[in-house]
Amino acid sequence: MAELWAHVAQHLTLAGAALALALLAGLPLGVLAAESAGLRGGVLALAGVGRTLPSLAVLMLLLPWLGVGMAPAIVALALLAIPPIVISVDLAIRGVPAAALDAAAGMGMTPLQRFARVVVPLALPVSFSGLRTAATETIASATLATFIGAGGLGDEIVRGLQTDDAALLFAAAAVVAALALGADLALGAAGRIVAPRT
Amino acid sequence: MSSITFDGVTVRYPGAESDAVENVSFECDDGELVVLLGPSGCGKSTLLRTVNRLVPLAAGRVRIDGNDVNALDAVELRRSVGYVIQAVGLFAHMTVAQNVAVVPSLRGWSRDETARRVDELLRMIGLDPAAYRDRRPSRLSGGEAQRVGVARAIAARPRALLMDEPFGAVDAIVRTALQRELVRIVAELHTTTLFVTHDMDEAFRLADRIVVMRSGRVEQVARPQELFERPATEYVRDLVHAGDDVYRRYFMRGRALLRGLAE
Ligand SMILES: Nc1ncnc2c1ncn2[C@@H]1O[C@H](COP(=O)(O)OP(=O)(O)O)[C@@H](O)[C@H]1O
Ligand SMILES: [Mg+2]
Repeated sequence: MAELWAHVAQHLTLAGAALALALLAGLPLGVLAAESAGLRGGVLALAGVGRTLPSLAVLMLLLPWLGVGMAPAIVALALLAIPPIVISVDLAIRGVPAAALDAAAGMGMTPLQRFARVVVPLALPVSFSGLRTAATETIASATLATFIGAGGLGDEIVRGLQTDDAALLFAAAAVVAALALGADLALGAAGRIVAPRT
Repeated sequence: MSSITFDGVTVRYPGAESDAVENVSFECDDGELVVLLGPSGCGKSTLLRTVNRLVPLAAGRVRIDGNDVNALDAVELRRSVGYVIQAVGLFAHMTVAQNVAVVPSLRGWSRDETARRVDELLRMIGLDPAAYRDRRPSRLSGGEAQRVGVARAIAARPRALLMDEPFGAVDAIVRTALQRELVRIVAELHTTTLFVTHDMDEAFRLADRIVVMRSGRVEQVARPQELFERPATEYVRDLVHAGDDVYRRYFMRGRALLRGLAE
């Protein structure tokens, strides 16, 4: 049982670190896609390709460069989480009503003020939905980290398979599902708190 | 207080075959309400947006109080000129009070002064401050939203007011009420106003003078009465005599009366 909790902690560390990394890269890329018509095509095409890559393939492809362990698993998971963040941030920013932007410019907001006071608050709700998708996918995919020796709940699932222990297999899978669902609900609630009322 | 002068103003959008606005010259005097009238696509919005530099000039000059707008800081200029658009563009994440307070807070007014001004403006546009101050735009009717749009534009006592078909999206009864309020407010504040519309009746109800436009050019600049009596071109004649002129004459008189009452 203690081992299960250790694996839960490890699993959440992997997913949490990957998400943080993905936000760091995905937020600016999403803003870039939305604000620069010239770069949007390229950025979104990359994100689209990223979304179609199977998680396991990404882990295995990175293996020769990054080796095994936590760090490469986090990088691989982050790569998987970036596309939904980029896509939703771009969508969110381009969904800000043109009239609000026109009014903001016409009233004498500087570009930075327009971004901080109008674009960001109005784009938050849709951006948050992308973060939720990224979080649930990352928690599910972190199960595969076991294949490059990064631990997590994947260890329990693999052990269940190897020892033909259906109960363990089921329990571990259920915990992964519960974590993903919990993260989704928690981020949903956080989104409602952070996003401005309209 | 303020005058706006257009001197050979020409605008061409990137990639366009022809000028959106071509060699336009006229002056909007201090405290005057000038209506830009013409069919959709004739360049009214473009001309209006040269005043607060949302659109750059290809040639010519726009002056406010004799100062070339291109020599002014664009952000400062925009904070000193009110701007109202048909789509209103209220910020959905801000309350009515916060929306109205945007320019005062950009200009660094104190919290107290801003709050007092917001209440004063809400009363001026006929919305009870206690009931409306903390509402979100999503809970306003079309007419109420547009009133708030007007309050937001005049909040920081602008030297001029630019209005782009502000009442185009509200129903006829509310529109008439808004027009009447606008005439009262502009007369009361003595704010130089440029008002864009494609609606003849609206132009005749509001204007001190009307600038009739047609594909980027000015056909005639004249007082409403003069447009009737001495249309400069065939186009203007057809325009003013289309529809019900008796009705328009009636509103011209009603408007003169309203102005008289306000003064
Ligand atoms: N941002 C823009 N980019 C390119 N062309 C524009 C833009 N805005 C307006 N135009 C063109 O300029 C002309 C005048 O438009 P506009 O000033 O909006 O007319 P109006 O307000 O009288 O309907 C039209 O032909 C329109 O298509
Ligand atoms: Mg227009």
